[in-house]
Amino acid sequence: MESNIDWLQVREIISCVLILIGVGFMLTSTIGLLKFPDFYIRMSAITKGATLGLGLILLGMGIYFDEPGTLLKVLAIIAFTFLTAPVAAHVIGRTAVQNNIPFWHRTNMTEFDKYLTQEHLNQYINHDRYKNVKAAESGDAVDGSE
Amino acid sequence: MSAFEVTLTIAMVVLSLCLVLTAIRFAIGPSLPDRIIAFDLIVANVIGIIAIYTEFTNNQNFIDVAIILSLFGFLGSITFSYYLMRINK
Repeated sequence: MESNIDWLQVREIISCVLILIGVGFMLTSTIGLLKFPDFYIRMSAITKGATLGLGLILLGMGIYFDEPGTLLKVLAIIAFTFLTAPVAAHVIGRTAVQNNIPFWHRTNMTEFDKYLTQEHLNQYINHDRYKNVKAAESGDAVDGSE
Repeated sequence: MSAFEVTLTIAMVVLSLCLVLTAIRFAIGPSLPDRIIAFDLIVANVIGIIAIYTEFTNNQNFIDVAIILSLFGFLGSITFSYYLMRINK
């Protein structure tokens, strides 16, 4: 009974379905990149959609070539993409916050404002963190307050 | 032309359309981080196109190209964002 199944056709069908779903995710994230109003919302759309779409396309390719070496390479690419995409998004988002990229006008900013106030206070408290070092270099007496 | 080849052609066309739309965002992006994330998406699209091209030609050597490209895309975006952090300090 099992000999009647054409395994090549089964693999082709599974690969077709996975590739179509993955391409749909890629198209969705690209439209999100083009239409969303704000840098941060765009970045979120890309990081989720493109990573999932790429993973599905590569998995479809690995299932189509029925070989362990190819599947291992595909799994390596998927693991690497899933590791590096959030890290890159985090670093770019921090850079954008530091460079004062504007937010969307309807973003809820209460928590971020609280965080900024706290950070400003911390900077005000220890704004000259090399005070003791400079005093020691110039030969003055160093007081014990850290 | 079998259904499998039709599916691969449709996927190739849609990914090329994605590449064009990303290039539009790369051109009109109001700030530099917008262009960096557009570059990130371009790299992801090109990796997908390489995967589908590998299925078209049955030549499995192209998968190594995809591995190298995913490495260098990550390095590129990280390098650009650190450069932006440096010049605005």
